[in-house]
This record gives sequence, structure tokens and C-alpha cells, in this order.
Amino acid sequence: MFKILERETLAEHINKFVVEAPLIAKKALPGQFVILRLHEKGERIPITICETDPEKGTITLVVQEVGKTTYELGTYQAGDEIADIIGPLGKPAEIEKVGTVVAIGGGVGTAIVYPEAKAFKEKGNYVISIIGFRSKRFVILEEEMRKVSDELYVTTDDGSYGMKGFVSDKLKELIEEGRKIDLVIAIGPAIMMKVVSDLTRPYGIKTIVSLNSIMVDGTGMCGACRVEVGGKTRFACVDGPEFDGHQVDFDLLIKRLAMYKEEERIALERYLKERGKA
Amino acid sequence: MKKIPRQPMPKQPPEERIKNFNEVALGYTEELAVKEAERCLQCPRPFCVDGCPVKVKIPEFIKLVKERKFSEAAKKIKEDNVLPAICGRVCPQEEQCEKKCVLGIKGEPVAIGRLERFVADWEAEHGEIEKPEMPEKKGIKVAVVGSGPAGLTCAGDLAKMGYDVTIFEALHKPGGVLIYGIPEFRLPKHIVEREVDYLRLLGVEIKVDVVVGKSITLYELFDMGYKAIFLGLGAGLPKFLGIPGENLLGIYSANEFLTRTNLMKAYLFPEYDTPIKVGKRVAVIGGGNVAMDAVRSALRHGAEEAHIIYRRSRAEMPARLEEIENAEEEGVIFNFLVNPKRFIGDENGWVKGIELVKMELGEPDESGRRRPVPIPGSEFIFEVDTVVIAIGQTANPVLLDVTPEIKRNRWGYIEADYETGKTSMKGVFAGGDIVTGEATVIEAMGFGRRAAKAIDEYLRTGKW
Ligand SMILES: Cc1cc2nc3c(=O)[nH]c(=O)nc-3n(C[C@H](O)[C@H](O)[C@H](O)COP(=O)(O)OP(=O)(O)OC[C@H]3O[C@@H](n4cnc5c(N)ncnc54)[C@H](O)[C@@H]3O)c2cc1C
Ligand SMILES: Cc1cc2nc3c(=O)[nH]c(=O)nc-3n(C[C@H](O)[C@H](O)[C@H](O)COP(=O)(O)OP(=O)(O)OC[C@H]3O[C@@H](n4cnc5c(N)ncnc54)[C@H](O)[C@@H]3O)c2cc1C
Ligand code: SF4
Ligand code: SF4
Ligand code: FES
Repeated sequence: MFKILERETLAEHINKFVVEAPLIAKKALPGQFVILRLHEKGERIPITICETDPEKGTITLVVQEVGKTTYELGTYQAGDEIADIIGPLGKPAEIEKVGTVVAIGGGVGTAIVYPEAKAFKEKGNYVISIIGFRSKRFVILEEEMRKVSDELYVTTDDGSYGMKGFVSDKLKELIEEGRKIDLVIAIGPAIMMKVVSDLTRPYGIKTIVSLNSIMVDGTGMCGACRVEVGGKTRFACVDGPEFDGHQVDFDLLIKRLAMYKEEERIALERYLKERGKA
Repeated sequence: MKKIPRQPMPKQPPEERIKNFNEVALGYTEELAVKEAERCLQCPRPFCVDGCPVKVKIPEFIKLVKERKFSEAAKKIKEDNVLPAICGRVCPQEEQCEKKCVLGIKGEPVAIGRLERFVADWEAEHGEIEKPEMPEKKGIKVAVVGSGPAGLTCAGDLAKMGYDVTIFEALHKPGGVLIYGIPEFRLPKHIVEREVDYLRLLGVEIKVDVVVGKSITLYELFDMGYKAIFLGLGAGLPKFLGIPGENLLGIYSANEFLTRTNLMKAYLFPEYDTPIKVGKRVAVIGGGNVAMDAVRSALRHGAEEAHIIYRRSRAEMPARLEEIENAEEEGVIFNFLVNPKRFIGDENGWVKGIELVKMELGEPDESGRRRPVPIPGSEFIFEVDTVVIAIGQTANPVLLDVTPEIKRNRWGYIEADYETGKTSMKGVFAGGDIVTGEATVIEAMGFGRRAAKAIDEYLRTGKW
């Protein structure tokens, strides 16, 4: 059992949890994730480790409510316990001094790119961050990102905050202004990572993405998370989750993410109905 | 004397059982067990024992069954086999103990496995599981990584010798393949849980959710005061065919299909949260136990047609005979001498067909089985909506990649001494599928047991 010590709502449908997990807190590096299972009947879902405090033995997770499990987790309060948390899993991000790094976060992807932006900054890189949201009320981690970035841009789809448009629009501006960019890290919805990768490809700007494929065990045992990178099948949970965005078959990823659409709808509706009754 | 025929085991009727995940074989009654035990000749030179990898004292325990001393029979088996309820169910007896039984030469061998299962179940039911005599604690810590049959056996033996044993398991439930792979209808999970509870009774500590190599390294375990480590990691990396279309939607590895089904209980969705997609026409590729488990699970998930696609013929199938027969009774359709060349998808990326090529059997290969060779121009399309690939597993490198001192062979398995389990890293032993490649429950147990002995010797003498 893993105890939740703090819980905070960051934005509509996005919650932050500080959880006691000393073993993981000691080991986790930027880019790594955990698999969690809420209770005996729960599903195993992957969530990135956003921050750690090795001294206190805690990890921080930022979770968007998108389906049954994440909605249910959204009801958990400080003091509640999560049955299983396994990690840290996946390969850590490669953090090196390369020069100028553009860190892009789309929606809850901001929470995933945050520890990497921070690590790149600490390595002495010039960090430009672009974080994008659907609307003002979904904006998260703006202050945190600002602290670890030399420049920060916020975009919203509807223009209710920051620049109107997508994160890729801002990136395009930067490229067209002739800014020297050595590396792009883009983390968010698959479609966003695809657009960013397509954008940087003709300029030859190295682009790293973090693939959010469906997972079960997270240790290389099942193959649920398989993705195609450079024409080869890879397991996102052990070979990734980060890959060269220019090599990734995003269309396949997007299709595979929709594999259980029908079941996910059934599960969520059933859950919300039950919750309504309770 | 009138010859008694081998007593059949009562089973759920096929038309019933394909609608549930409950155990298929119901087990002997006391009467049937005694009757079957009476068939044993009590050979002074019992060949059956030679066939058993852990040398269960077969005639002795069967004699006790005949005398209705069931509890003593259980104790007799447990002298050599700590997991009889499991082995009685899943051992390939026709290849092991029963293969060597003299009665098998002319007629049918004694149903040793069924008797073993009966005895273990009887003991569990009658609440006579004795609290084991606790040995004096040595105050020496040993770590066991992996809680499959190899790890469980090794841990149990070491605990009985007085060591402080901790098992580290990556998944959220202990048991290895017994929990995530072999289905409920063949091995009810409460039986595995019972055996795990018994280990706890022996004082073994079980830490789940720990991926050794990721959450903690072997070096750190040594630093924490563990004096020896046993690796029972299993062969957990699924093999794929490496043909076009393999990542289409609706194509599973057997590991994923069975893990969703067994460990995550997808057959109880949406009461349990994990979903599974099983279409009307399911094809399982492979001919081993894993393939049989997957194809029979598919039927229970509601498939209208469940097919086996196997590149050799029935005679070469590595699955246990009993399970092939069960599958046949349940209506599984077997397609022999065909091999997949590619998968074909629909416009949404779902698998809709497999291109198969017909095969014929040529010269025997290194395994002694006749090698299947494709017949040119015989390709055809086989329509499906779900595919499960069950062509085997190899070694999962998660731990070994961060522990380069441990030598691996060219297939990625650990190089360990067969008698002791010693690896190339001091203080680290290994056994089970991670050393032998995919084998059997009882062989993994045997390995765990030999390693426990070697660990004890190493810790007593300090000699490596
Ligand atoms: C490496 C990795 C890191 C992630 N980090 C975060 C994070 O930090 N914060 C966050 O909010 N989300 C993160 N996700 C996504 C998160 O795992 C999914 O949102 C979650 O699994 C949805 O579960 P659900 O039951 O609430 O929704 P469902 O209704 O089950 O699914 C909604 C959508 O989530 C995806 N999904 C469903 N099940 C899984 C699964 N078992 N594994 C992966 N994706 C699934 C599918 O695309 C699905 O369409 C990460 C995913 C991966 C692979
Ligand atoms: C579907 C299926 C059906 C089978 N049917 C039969 C049968 O009928 N009869 C028979 O005799 N045999 C059968 N087998 C084979 C048998 O199950 C195996 O040979 C046996 O389980 C091997 O035991 P093991 O202890 O070596 O490994 P496993 O049972 O594979 O257990 C290994 C355990 O180690 C854990 N682990 C791995 N890496 C780590 C790590 N880094 N940190 C922590 N934990 C880790 C795994 O999660 C797993 O729980 C079957 C196998 C399968 C897959
Ligand atoms: S352990 Fe297996 S091989 Fe040995 S006697 Fe029992 S069923 Fe037969
Ligand atoms: S070989 Fe057969 S008949 Fe002889 S002791 Fe063994 S089980 Fe009994
Ligand atoms: S999630 Fe099972 S192999 Fe990656």
C-alpha cells in the first residue's frame, strides 16, 4: 500500500498527488514512470514521475482524468492508499549539455516534460519552454516551468490565455525567426508529438518524444506497449518511453491507443453512474 | 485378480465449461482415489520415480492412499515436492512419472498425477495442514528474486533451514506463471495463494511491486545485508513472428492475452477494470501449453470459433496430451501444417486475416522433430478478428542488462551450474526458466531446491 500524503487540484480534471514510495523516490530519474493499480479490481496504468523527494521518500504524480481509473484516482484524498505502485520504469531521459533545448508540453504532458526541462537547465542548457492547453482553466505548472526555463511561452487553443494557437505554432515561429535550436523535447498527446516531429524534420532538429502507449506490466513481459520506431518493433516500457520523434510511426500509435475505446466508454459510464448513486 | 481399469477423473462437461472459467477437472473422490491406488503394483524397483524430476516417493504415498491414510500420504509427497496440488494438476505426467510406470508397458499407467492432486486437495480441505516445525533462526538474510515455482521452492527450503528469506516480485501478486499465465480453469488461483500463504507461515517475507534491476539492484541488496541471492526470473519476454502486420490491432502476445485474463481478471470486465478484446473468430499461433491455454481462454471469452494454427502436425505438438484432448472436446479447431506469412488489416488498422502457407514435414531437425518446410504457391487467406501469438518466450533482460557480471549464453539465458545454480557472480544463484529456457513447473522447482542446498552450503562454508 502506498499512502497519499498530499493532493491538490491543479486545474479542471488535473490533480497532483504526493505519494509515499521511498524505494522509487531514491531511484527515479527524469523520464521514468511508475505503473499503479488503485485496488484489487483495478487496472494497471502508467504515470510519469513528475518530481521526487528522496529524503522524504515521496514521489509526485500529476494525473489527468480521462477515463475510469483516472477519474477514480481523482476521488482519492490525502490519507488514502493506492494498492500498488511499481517503478521506476523505462529508460531515463538522456540529459546532456547540447546548447539550446526547447521543451514542449501539451496539456498534462507539461507535467511530464517539467522534470526534463529542469534537468536540462541544471546541466547548463538554455531552455525555452512552450506549454499549451485547450483553455485558460486547464493551465498547469506555469510557475514551476518558468523557474526552470530561460524563456517560457504559454499557448491556448482558444486564445483565452497566452498566445492563441498550438504549441507547434510557437515552435514554428521560433524556427522561422532563425533561433538556433539544438534539441526539441515534445511530450503530450500523440497527435501533438507527431505535428512537432513533422515540423522539425525538414530542419534536421533532433526531436525526442515520450510515447504513451497502452501498457500492462511495464517490464517488457507482455508486448502491449509495442510501437514502431525506424521500422522496428520496440517495447515503449523498456526500450523507451522516449524515442527519436522522426523515426516513430505515430499513426500506428494513435490507432493502438484507441484499441479499447468501446470498453473504456462502458467502464467510465458505469463508474460515473455508480458514483452518482453513492 | 480382476484387473481394475485406470480411473477417469470427473470433469465439467465441455458444453458447460466453455461458458465459465472454473476448473475443468473436478478431482477424484476418496473412493476413486483408493480404487486407482489399488492398481499400483508397489514395484520393489519403482521406475516411476526415475521419471519424476524431484523423485517423489511414489509407491510409498500410493500405498498410504490405499490404506486411506491421506494425511500421511500428503506428508510423504511433501518430503520431495512442496507444491503437490500444483504439480498434480500441471505436470506433464505422461512424459515423466507415468511414462515410466510399468503398468504403462501393456496397459495404462497408474494415474500418479491425479492421486497426487487428490492427496494435496484432501489435506487442504480437511484443514490438516500442519504448522511446520520452525527451525532455529540463523540470522542470515537471503534474497530471492521472482516468485515463480523456482523462487517459491528455493525460498521455502531456505526458510526451513532457518534463513531469513525475502522474496522480491515485480508483479503485484506472487506466483509467476502460476498466477499470470496458467488459467484458472486449469489451476485455480486459490491453490497458488494457499501455497504462498504456507511460505509466509514459514516466515518468508514477500515484497511485491519490486522490479529488481529497476527499483533496487543486486549490489544494493548485498549492501542491505543479504548474503546470497537466488534469481528465479522466468522466461518472460514474448517472442513475435517478425512478419508484416504484427502490430495491427487485435493481435496479442500470449503473455498479454493470458495476463489480462488471469492476473487482471479481464473475464470479469467491467467489474474488474482491465478489458480484453476477443472477436468471433480467434486464431492462436503455436502448439504448446501456452497456445492451448490461450485458445481455451478465447472460447471462454465468448469466441464463436477458436483455432489453433500450427506449422507441424498433431504428433509434434509440445502441449500436454490431456490439454490437447480437453481443447478438442471443447470444440477448438486445429489447423495443422500451416504457417503465417503476414497479417492483413482493415482500414482502421484491425487485423482481419492471416496469409498462411501450407507446410510439409521434411527431415528431422536438431530437436528430433521433422522440420516443416513451406510448399511454394500454397498461400491462402485465413479470416480472423483476433490473433494470439504463442510461439514461446525468451529471457527478459531488465535485470541482467544492469548486472553485467552475470554471464549469459547466446540465447540470453543465465549461465548457471545445473547442480548448484551458481552463476558467474559471487553469491548469486539462478534457476528455473531463466537458466533452462521454457521448461516445466516441476523442473523449475527441482532447480530451486538444488540451489537452496547449494546456497546453504555456500553460506556455511563461504566457499564459492
Ligand atoms: C509512459 C507513460 C506515462 C504517462 N504519464 C502520464 C502522466 O504523467 N499523467 C497522466 O495524466 N497520464 C499519463 N499517461 C497516460 C495514462 O496512463 C492514461 O491516461 C491512463 O492509463 C488512462 O486510464 P483510464 O482508465 O483513466 O482511462 P481509459 O478510459 O482506460 O483510457 C483513456 C485513454 O488512455 C489511454 N490508456 C488506457 N489504458 C491505458 C494503459 N493501461 N496504459 C496507457 N494508456 C492507457 C488510452 O489512450 C485510452 O484511450 C502516461 C502514459 C504512459 C504510457
Ligand atoms: C501459459 C503457460 C502454461 C504453462 N503450462 C505448463 C504446464 O501445464 N505444466 C508445466 O509443467 N509447465 C507449464 N508451463 C511452464 C512453467 O509455468 C514454467 O516452466 C515455470 O513457471 C517456470 O518457473 P520459474 O520459477 O522459472 O519462472 P516464472 O514462473 O516465470 O516466474 C518468474 C517470476 O519472476 C518475476 N520476475 C522476473 N524478473 C523480475 C525482476 N527483475 N524483479 C522481480 N521479479 C522478477 C516474474 O514477474 C515472475 O513472477 C506453462 C507456461 C506458461 C507461460
Ligand atoms: S511431481 Fe510431477 S512428475 Fe513427480 S510424481 Fe508428481 S506429478 Fe509425477
Ligand atoms: S511403476 Fe507404476 S506400478 Fe510400479 S510402483 Fe510406480 S506407479 Fe506403482
Ligand atoms: S507494457 Fe508489457 S511489455 Fe511493455
